[in-house]
Amino acid sequence: MSVFWSELQEYFPFLLKGAEVTLQLSIISMALGMILGFLAAVGRLSGRKIIRWPLEAYVEIWRDTPLIVQLLLIYFSLPELGIVLSAFWAGVLGLTLNLSAYLSEVYRAAILAVDQGQKAAAVSLGMSPLQVYRRLIIPQAFVACLPTQGGYFIALLKDCSLVSFISVNELLRHATIIISNTFDSMNTYLMVAIIYFLMSFTSARCVSYLERKLTPSRNRKPKIKPTISEMPQGGSII
Amino acid sequence: MTIEPPPPVITLEQIYKSYGDNAVLRGVDLTVRQGEAVFLIGPSGGGKSTLLRCINFLERPEAGTLTFLGETLCSQNRTNFSIAPEKQLRRARSRMPMVFQQFNLFSHRTVLENVMEGPVTVKKMPKNAGVGLAREALDRVHMLQKQDHYPDQLSGGQKQRVAIARALAMEPPVILFDEPTSALDPELVSGVQTIISDLSNQGLTLLVVTHDPAFVQSTAHKVCFCDDGHILESGTVSDIYTNPRTQRVQKFILSSGSRMT
Repeated sequence: MSVFWSELQEYFPFLLKGAEVTLQLSIISMALGMILGFLAAVGRLSGRKIIRWPLEAYVEIWRDTPLIVQLLLIYFSLPELGIVLSAFWAGVLGLTLNLSAYLSEVYRAAILAVDQGQKAAAVSLGMSPLQVYRRLIIPQAFVACLPTQGGYFIALLKDCSLVSFISVNELLRHATIIISNTFDSMNTYLMVAIIYFLMSFTSARCVSYLERKLTPSRNRKPKIKPTISEMPQGGSII
Repeated sequence: MTIEPPPPVITLEQIYKSYGDNAVLRGVDLTVRQGEAVFLIGPSGGGKSTLLRCINFLERPEAGTLTFLGETLCSQNRTNFSIAPEKQLRRARSRMPMVFQQFNLFSHRTVLENVMEGPVTVKKMPKNAGVGLAREALDRVHMLQKQDHYPDQLSGGQKQRVAIARALAMEPPVILFDEPTSALDPELVSGVQTIISDLSNQGLTLLVVTHDPAFVQSTAHKVCFCDDGHILESGTVSDIYTNPRTQRVQKFILSSGSRMT
């Protein structure tokens, strides 16, 4: 155990450096993946086949091939096409494209699940399709699929370890470097596992907090305390 | 000598609508005049709700002519049927808001935000003015004290009153009601009906679909009996409930136990 502690002190900062890259990868890829996934979802819901079909093909192809293969393809074949990306940005691109394929399905389902009656009410007030999206569909669908999105974020955080295969210096790759010096795989991987756990657990808590914060519910107090006393209203009204 | 009738707000001529092979509206003629409370009654599946939804183009009619405050929203000549551009339809919708059976309040917004939504988002009213207008509308339905609640904290009757306020905040010349009390507990029905009657007494034009004969008899200026995609008969309350002309209407009035003597 004492070995673990001494190694912890020596190598932990180096591992944290890697974790920082992992976090950067995840956050950037998540943000881009959310935007792309949303656009793909809206495109797939549009009536036009010329928009819908390529997007459906994209979602299927990306979901049906392994992420590691996608990353390797992007990293090694894009330079052939004259596009040179650093390992980090190749990783971001790979993770983003993969994630948005999955997220587009999540968003599509969430958009379709918004109450038809409320959509009809919005339209009947004279809202344009864009206003209906902005004022009704997006706010409701986003909150409804928040837990699922949180799940995907945690999966992404851990999938970032695959990016070590294309030489991005993230958490797992830093661990590999340490192990090649110390040959102490067990303690190093234990530290890696602990760091992943802490990052994932914190994210999961944040998502739950956000969900509670954004869901108006029966259990929640009204936004502001009513200023007018709750007297029964006069006459024939209920 | 006859008194000049008030000008028409909504005029329908030979409106058709079908879903696949199922012809729901098969040539409906209807005129709603300013200040009138027109009630559509008839059996379920007779096309009443579809008719209402065709008037504000939530459903698109397939043939016929519809005029709203002098604007032609869809028109039919011998060979051609055309619907006005989407932008014009939206403007028309904002002037004939609808109150739904299931209330359909925006569940992620407070009562006040629900009522402000129309004026602020659709009519681009400044937020302050929108709040003022919304509070005024809520006051008219006695719901001001619940302005900061969320819809799922309200009873059915309260929700429907907020939905009426949401329609009122558009300052519309006419409001469409689609079975406004059908989803309410019996003891909440009269409160909502009283509010609707009051609006009519204040001169607002109403087009109401309902199954409640007592509500029709207390409030309607004109009753239209709708079945099988047609308006079979229309007239005053006593025309329909005391002296129905057709057998179909007689049967319906008798079976619903609402015949007036």
